[in-house]
Amino acid sequence: MAVNKFLTPEGEKKPGKQVLRELQDKIAQDVFDAKARGEKIGWCASNFPQEICTAMDIKVAYPENMGAAVGAKGGGLRMCEEAEAMGYSNDICSYARINLAYAATDDCPEVQIPRPDFLLCCNNICSCMMKWYENLSVELNIPLLMIDIPHLTEKTCDPDRIRYIRAQFDDCIAKLEEITGKKMDYNKLQEVMEVSQRSSKAWLRAISCMGAEPSPFSGFDVFNTMAVATVGRGTVEAAEAFEYLADEYETAIKEGRSTFKGEEKYRILFEGIACWANLRTTYKTLQSRGINLTSTIYGPAFSFLYSNLDELMAAYSYVPNSYCFDKEVELRVNDAKAKKVDGAVIHINRSCKRWSGNSYELERQLRAQAGIPTMTFDGDQSDPRVFSEAQYETRVEALVEIMEANKQQKREAAK
Amino acid sequence: MADIFTLGIDMGSTASKCVILKNGREVVGSSIIDSGAGTTGPQRAFEACLKDAGIEQGQLSNITATGYGRNSFEAADFVISELSAHTLGVHTMYPQARTLLDIGGQDAKVMSIGESGRLENFLMNDKCAAGTGRFLEVMARILEVGVADLKDLDAKAEGTISISSTCTVFAESEVISQLAKEADIPSLVRGINASVAAKAASLVKRLGVKEPVYMTGGVARNTGVVRALEKELGTEITVSEIQQINGAYGAAVYGYGKVR
Repeated sequence: MAVNKFLTPEGEKKPGKQVLRELQDKIAQDVFDAKARGEKIGWCASNFPQEICTAMDIKVAYPENMGAAVGAKGGGLRMCEEAEAMGYSNDICSYARINLAYAATDDCPEVQIPRPDFLLCCNNICSCMMKWYENLSVELNIPLLMIDIPHLTEKTCDPDRIRYIRAQFDDCIAKLEEITGKKMDYNKLQEVMEVSQRSSKAWLRAISCMGAEPSPFSGFDVFNTMAVATVGRGTVEAAEAFEYLADEYETAIKEGRSTFKGEEKYRILFEGIACWANLRTTYKTLQSRGINLTSTIYGPAFSFLYSNLDELMAAYSYVPNSYCFDKEVELRVNDAKAKKVDGAVIHINRSCKRWSGNSYELERQLRAQAGIPTMTFDGDQSDPRVFSEAQYETRVEALVEIMEANKQQKREAAK
Repeated sequence: MADIFTLGIDMGSTASKCVILKNGREVVGSSIIDSGAGTTGPQRAFEACLKDAGIEQGQLSNITATGYGRNSFEAADFVISELSAHTLGVHTMYPQARTLLDIGGQDAKVMSIGESGRLENFLMNDKCAAGTGRFLEVMARILEVGVADLKDLDAKAEGTISISSTCTVFAESEVISQLAKEADIPSLVRGINASVAAKAASLVKRLGVKEPVYMTGGVARNTGVVRALEKELGTEITVSEIQQINGAYGAAVYGYGKVR
């Protein structure tokens, strides 16, 4: 009898995030299995058009996800130091350092991914990635396929840009056919695009539930469930899992339930990548003060909405780090309002110069346009050395005091 | 009606400060001990303050702790963040203040204050110690002078020898190399003060300068830094009369509010 992936052996409904975690483990195992079968497998950038590989049934692992998982499991410092001993600067992205150290040593007890036969890089989310993948290509002596997505200077993607990306998309497919011996089936590609839409829409539906008061879940769960949106959104299993998750949250809203522990006193926008290496501290410091994360554009960044191939090309330009600054501000201000936040916590992430480089101005715009108090803190996505617990706590406490005073003022005005 | 005594204790990174207020306004006792959180400093500051006020602990209506070590003072009845404590302190003494810059031993913070005295927004320095009191301490040690001497040396300067390094460690090397070239000490001190001021000024500008601007913290005693800041910000800065104990004062005011 087939196992129902949504039920426990006892017949109880599993929480959606457990379903997604199990699916994530299965996707990771699929890459090992493909490698064991002798198939060519790749390492792939998180915002590379996954539709290509899914349609061609090519298995890939994601070094960025590995970097996050290694950081969360406590291996970030060791791997970063390993990379620094190899000569990489500690100013480089910690995901890159972790992965470059792993590529050189093939040793990381926290997380493993199989050795790649080729590399798929896309620079819409990160520019450091180009040099990171070039180095991997040289060190491992394997081909690198690159899709260059120029930074958007306008709010929309014009036809020239779409043609430029499409030409690379087509070229990439041809090269992948050569490398892997697998052929692209364009009917299958159409199916994958449709399934990806199901996944993305369900994922966005789940995240939009954070607009309810109280939110039906702890916003940090977004960081725990988003991996499948990154690595598996083109599969039916992922679409079903995200639909299951969204249904679960919508039911919880109707029933007035929430997985957030304690009373949701304040709601915040969290800006930037999570501090994986300090996830527990960053979460507990907020949760213990009744602060729930209800707005982040990090999770939705891994949903892509389109209805045809040209729109697919444009969709990969509509990525937070590829957007023009005005659009970045607009996204956050709109989400802050939709999710009714009382303040913003902004992670100045040493790893991610592209994301944090404009954070101070973004902070100013959030204050001005969303009318909320903000705080910044220094940290890093996977290198634990940058974060200071005491500094974080002091700022969070001050933010709470401001948010409370604002609420008090509103209560008095309403009398 | 009996007098109400409230005590505020500010446990900073490098010093512990204490204030006892009588009836929410009058400072009847204060103390500053140059040892911060995690040392015997807070307890010594507490005892010295009681002695200064001439009262027993039992006469205190309550104790409010603030600063880096705020959660570790067991006798505290209330805990508030140092940002709120500083805002409350300066607003009570100077209700007209709209911007407060506080530079302590390890951090610099700027607060935007509303008309009602509410903390509206704040910014703090990044993890780097440049632009804080620690930077001045390191430089004073190399120059073989006291931190308190930096303002007088600055006043004697006829020029400015700029310090270009932001990093405290690299700036230390830069100052040493200037000393090796027998640079004019007062001009060098003015450059050091200007370096701290430039870093703090960028923080104030990021939050937005709302006049009048006030300043607290140990670094506010260094008139060289204050003058350099005025130049950077293009506005007059008023140094609080109780610049080093403003946080403790604000905490004591907070405690008085709780009694009322």
